[in-house]
Amino acid sequence: MRFSGLIFANLFRKKIRLLLTIGSFAVALFLFAFLAVVRNAFNRGADVAGADRLVVIDRVSIINLIPLKYRDQILQIPGVKCITHNNWFGGVYQDEKNFFPQFVIDPENQRQVVPELKVPDEQWAVFLKDREGAIAGARTAERFHWKIGDRIPIKTTLYGGGSWEFNLDGIYHGERPENDETQFWFQWDYFEERIPQAVKGQIGWYVLRVNNPDDSVRVAKAIDEKFANSPNETKTETESAFAAGWVKQFGNIQFLIMTIGTVVFFTLLLVTGNTMAISVRERTSELAVLKAIGFSGRLVLFFVLAESLVIAIVGGFFGLGLALLAVPALANALNGMLPQLVLEPSILILGLVAALLVGIASGILPGLGAMRMRVVNALRRV
Amino acid sequence: MAIPLIYNVRSVKARWTSAIVAVIGIAGTVGVFVAMLSLARGFRATLVASGSPGNALVMRAGSTSEMMGGITLDSIKIIQDAPGIARDASGPLVTQEVVGVMPFPLISTGTDANVQVRGVSSNVLHIRNFVKIAQGRMFNPGLSELVVGKNASTTYAGLTLGNTVKFGGGQWKVVGVFDAGGSAFDSEVWCDEANLNEVLKRPANIFQSATVHLVSPDSYNQFKDAVTSDPRLNVDVTREIDYYAKQSTRMTTLITVLGGVVAFIMAIGAVFAGLNTMYSAVAERGREIATMRALGFGAAAVVVSFLVEALLISFVGGAVGCVAVLPLNGLTTATINWQTFSSLAFAFKITPELLVKGIIFALVMGVVGGLLPAVRAASLPVASALREL
Repeated sequence: MRFSGLIFANLFRKKIRLLLTIGSFAVALFLFAFLAVVRNAFNRGADVAGADRLVVIDRVSIINLIPLKYRDQILQIPGVKCITHNNWFGGVYQDEKNFFPQFVIDPENQRQVVPELKVPDEQWAVFLKDREGAIAGARTAERFHWKIGDRIPIKTTLYGGGSWEFNLDGIYHGERPENDETQFWFQWDYFEERIPQAVKGQIGWYVLRVNNPDDSVRVAKAIDEKFANSPNETKTETESAFAAGWVKQFGNIQFLIMTIGTVVFFTLLLVTGNTMAISVRERTSELAVLKAIGFSGRLVLFFVLAESLVIAIVGGFFGLGLALLAVPALANALNGMLPQLVLEPSILILGLVAALLVGIASGILPGLGAMRMRVVNALRRV
Repeated sequence: MAIPLIYNVRSVKARWTSAIVAVIGIAGTVGVFVAMLSLARGFRATLVASGSPGNALVMRAGSTSEMMGGITLDSIKIIQDAPGIARDASGPLVTQEVVGVMPFPLISTGTDANVQVRGVSSNVLHIRNFVKIAQGRMFNPGLSELVVGKNASTTYAGLTLGNTVKFGGGQWKVVGVFDAGGSAFDSEVWCDEANLNEVLKRPANIFQSATVHLVSPDSYNQFKDAVTSDPRLNVDVTREIDYYAKQSTRMTTLITVLGGVVAFIMAIGAVFAGLNTMYSAVAERGREIATMRALGFGAAAVVVSFLVEALLISFVGGAVGCVAVLPLNGLTTATINWQTFSSLAFAFKITPELLVKGIIFALVMGVVGGLLPAVRAASLPVASALREL
């Protein structure tokens, strides 16, 4: 471009200021990406929920168990494609701090109902034959440096208590980066064998898939009606409604994060805008000379805007790049408390757009001022 | 010789736009810092307030949470005879409890949230003696009556005095609202333990925990030794206060780590803004500074003067940030307590100590942002700076 030399010369006139302004942009974009990641992590369950999946729990209380024999009755309801069941194990690996969810699964149907969590076929075959077998999510396996074949003891006080030992037969990976890779699965048969008589044949919840997602409301109603007035009434919801219910219970955390984000962005806009304004003000006489020798007002506006845009884009790239590096580190620091901390491309794009907008907004006022100034007055000023 | 303070005040006034930007940057950072910490404090304080030093919690050995317990009526009877337990006219001060989690619709969104429902003995108010009935009366044993915590009453639909709610296949009448002094119990619903066991379809005469009121906090060890060494019992004893403090660790860590990262990043941004402001101030004032040096003020005096200016700006910023978040104090919000899978209401808790921390944080940002520009100001060559236009 014809004037790029001039623009760059102007940019590098005050190197420290340039660095600091780019730095504050980078910081703000980093923070933007960070807040977006955290917000999404809180909402994750609802995002990854299968549209065609329903969750069946006990109507009275989520911690109550429901009979396994409901399974066949649910399968008879037209529109139900396949069903699996889970129990919450609530055990502790070595120390209470090492939290990860452990689920008792129904190995025959788990993969049909939750196909997005992938286990290699040969590992799955070993798992099916191994009564004490277990499958761990990739994140959890990595966190504790587990290898396939390891013996993993998990202590529990529920279900008769004691230390249960499992053979790690496989590791599952999510189809998408935002899938939960922290779960730990083991076999229903082994579980039922060890638990006390009173809780045998009782499962925590069912997950099922329907043939047609549009049909899920009818199927959910049919299930609940079937078990109305039975000893264990059920509550059936779509998986996304179930997940959204948990998110709502987090309370106003989302609102807080959005508020902080807004405060930060507002602050950033001020800081950058102010720096741009100072650097234009300092150069009033120079810009006047440019106009005096024939550069149009618009061109002067373009110079100022181009400068602020370059700063915004470079700063934006730095900030988002740093966020790409930092998010995995933060996920580790939180010890599995917010499992799916992932920086998605959509956040990066949104961040760059935001950077451009702030760049334009902060350049436009001083730029317009420079465009409109009267050459004579500006030149007269010392 | 020191440069008079009034010089700094006037120069800030003269460049008020950049000063305001720096003030806002620092205020924002301090505000986020204090708000996040107060959220973590509030959450912790709510749980800690739930435990009394004079109470001990008995659960099945190895349990980390009440949800996991399981104590038979026979064991409760043995525990009631243990030494160190306070007694009154009704007998030993022991409440054997059952906890359940029930869905109730939130007033704010209409969606269900999990509420902790606690089945208690009728003498519970003598054991948790900070809990007071604020409206109505205590439930009658054996009847389907509820008393609800004051936060639960205002958070969930239908839990108001005199109302009847349905859960677990039965009709329950709300006969009282209790005030548990800002503790976790304020988010709970209490009823008769036997009735709750029936609703939850749990075997009768099995409880999840027992809370005992001790003769004095010092009797704890006596009680604990007696109960844990009894071969007929397989239980753990914890001070109630320790149990609840431990419950808060996970959420407190989450809030502190997230809040800490956000405040730290913002601090970097604010320091950059401060540096920019101060560097511009130094650049614009080259002649002024050179004049002062020529008048005989030393380099050290100039450094001190600029630092004072930076501190002045950051102090104002810190103060503005603190004042801006002050209205949050006492604001109640709710989140989920992962140890019980149920909702817990808690309030932001802004203490003077947090405010002091916020101001110190601001001053540190001021020093970091002001030192380099101050040194630059002091090292300007006097002669050439004076000659500059």
